[in-house]
Amino acid sequence: MADLVLKDVEKAYGEVKVLKDINLDIKTGELIVFVGPSGCGKSTLLRMIAGLERITGGDFSIDGVRMNDVPPAQRGIAMVFQSYALYPHMTVRENMSFALRIAKKSQAEIDQAVDKAARVLQLTPYLDRLPKALSGGQRQRVAIGRSIVRDPKVYLFDEPLSNLDAALRVATRLEIAQLKEAMPNSTMVYVTHDQVEAMTLASRIVVLAGGGIAQVGTPLELYERPQNEFVAQFIGSPAMNLTPGEVVDTGAQTTVRLANGGIAVSAVPTQAADKGMAVNVGVRPEDLVETKGDRLFEAEVEFTEALGEVTLLHLKRTGDQPQVVAKLPGIRSELRRTQVRLTADPKKVHLFAGGKSLLYR
Amino acid sequence: MNPAFQALLVIAVGVGGCVGYFYLSNLFLDKVLFPARGPQAGRNINRANAVRPWLFLFPALALLCLYLAYPVFATFWLSLHGKDGSFVGTGNYTAMFQEPKFGESLRNNMLWLVVVPAAATGFGLLAAQLTDRIKWGNIAKSLIFMPMAISFVGASVIFKLVYDSRDAAVAQIGLLNALWLKFEGGIWSVLFLRVLPAVLVGGLLLAVLWGGWLLLRPVLDARRQEKPLIKAARVLGGLVALVIAFELGVWLLGVFTNVLPYGRPQAWLQIPFWNSFFLMAVLIWIQTGFAMVILSAALRGVPEDTIEAAILDGANPFQIFFKVKVPQIMGTIVVVWTTITITVLKVFDIVLAMTNGQWETQVLANYMYDKLFRSLDWGMGSAAAMVIMALVTPILIWNVWNARKEMR
Repeated sequence: MADLVLKDVEKAYGEVKVLKDINLDIKTGELIVFVGPSGCGKSTLLRMIAGLERITGGDFSIDGVRMNDVPPAQRGIAMVFQSYALYPHMTVRENMSFALRIAKKSQAEIDQAVDKAARVLQLTPYLDRLPKALSGGQRQRVAIGRSIVRDPKVYLFDEPLSNLDAALRVATRLEIAQLKEAMPNSTMVYVTHDQVEAMTLASRIVVLAGGGIAQVGTPLELYERPQNEFVAQFIGSPAMNLTPGEVVDTGAQTTVRLANGGIAVSAVPTQAADKGMAVNVGVRPEDLVETKGDRLFEAEVEFTEALGEVTLLHLKRTGDQPQVVAKLPGIRSELRRTQVRLTADPKKVHLFAGGKSLLYR
Repeated sequence: MNPAFQALLVIAVGVGGCVGYFYLSNLFLDKVLFPARGPQAGRNINRANAVRPWLFLFPALALLCLYLAYPVFATFWLSLHGKDGSFVGTGNYTAMFQEPKFGESLRNNMLWLVVVPAAATGFGLLAAQLTDRIKWGNIAKSLIFMPMAISFVGASVIFKLVYDSRDAAVAQIGLLNALWLKFEGGIWSVLFLRVLPAVLVGGLLLAVLWGGWLLLRPVLDARRQEKPLIKAARVLGGLVALVIAFELGVWLLGVFTNVLPYGRPQAWLQIPFWNSFFLMAVLIWIQTGFAMVILSAALRGVPEDTIEAAILDGANPFQIFFKVKVPQIMGTIVVVWTTITITVLKVFDIVLAMTNGQWETQVLANYMYDKLFRSLDWGMGSAAAMVIMALVTPILIWNVWNARKEMR
């Protein structure tokens, strides 16, 4: 049982504030994922929760107890490092029991905890090996086992899968998801730059950008209702197309005339006063469909990338308009160097003014 | 001819000779001996490549044989001959082993062997850890490293001044005596000369007992299955620890019961047994810098996140140091330790410059020098040299083995 509360938390190195106004309420049993571009401070925030970095402003508490100045070991947390951080001179068993030994637990208690964790993680045959005799995936499991034996209230993962190869990453991701399922009462905080990991594992995602939180929400909330252009473009791959335009008709549905000459209809409601407002129209590549009628985009396909299940179309840029990418189902390589006419369902068309979504006004 | 010009000529001839040797011999190998043409071209190229390393190594190997390997055998041969050049077999060795001065040298060398590497490595590790994360750590490190730049003789002269003794009536120029004369039996004297040494000796005593207990404990544990040989070694180690602990206990008693000659300047280098330690201080002072530099680099190499993991696991700074950092640099510690051990076995200049082996401070290298260049007894001197080599060789082999293991 552990609720984490971050209130106005900030991190400053001298004069430079790398994180500010971090307000976050993490409930017991949640798996929160921090994502963001490199250098956005997501690892720093995790290390502040762990106690490896000082919190220079605001309050951080676990279960209502202020943790700012509590030593890491007494916060009831366990951390899995990107590089595993196993003690190279200790066997798997010694690695996993180190924390319990430091805490002066009885031998029987230690043996029981280690054997149980090893069984869960299928490490029993390797207990007397040194880390260097293990594969990358096994090392990562030992690192996870090392945190399980301590039975912490909060698990912290710092990009745990980024040192694994693609196949192993998928397998280990599933293992972490199962682990979470098996321990419904533990809270987990997970840092990654991989949005697939974020979308599949998270109960809620925290998108960090520019030293603050860009949006917090469930994975589908972020995908369907991004609060701002940053989140809209960060979640989803390829990134959402943004095209400038001007509101020409308001009401339950909004009509926008695009700078490229196209017409966009969005299900986002607007008021009459919004007429003439400059907006950015956002459409995900996978939401674009071919049409014969009103169009959002019409251009020559400069380049295609056929991935089998889908084909990516890179449209020729018109003037200084941003590059548009469309994702059509199936293999459509024949569209290269032809003219295409694309539109989208009004429900899938997002509107942003000044970088913020009009949905959240 | 001007000597400077001569030197230039020698350099030119030497470097030119080296370059010429490598270039011309390589050319000879490729063009004349195994030319890369004709029906055997492929075979010739392979053969030339097999020969080439030996060709390039040849000068070094030849010079090493001439100046290192040959002298070993020549020395061994000399050690079997008497002062007058007649063959005496092992006579020199038996005579040497019966000589009290040789026994004293051997005992002193053993003492040096235990104390200096342990102290230099220990202080070096301590200095490396303490200077690791502080701003002026680099200045401290430079200061500690500086003695490495001083020759052993120079360092000996410095310490001879530190140990200097004058009549009580005049001012002392020796630092140690100047300090000593400040003690007159008051509360500070008791604190520094009774309590502090007692704490140090007592701590060492407890450490030795604890180490012995750690060695012995697995034997008493019925669950552990170990080979009888290892068990015997454990028991032996435990007994050695017990003997050392007993000796330390006697010292501890002595610390409290000794009558200290307050107010009288001491001739430190003439106090038997302890004067050896005053000589060792010189070498420890020098070698600590060496140990510190190597161990400091090794400590930097310990992955930061294993330390952070240990912090999260609840380890305190001492546990992090001894259970996470030190085991990870154990290989380097062993290499540093054995390297200093070899230096210690060869120790000569310090003893020669400070006491010349008088007052029971003789060591093997100085003993050899005495026999060889003062008594001009080539047989005995060579025999002493052989003994030193016999002692150094196993440590050297172990050192090289460890260093190679570190590199892998």
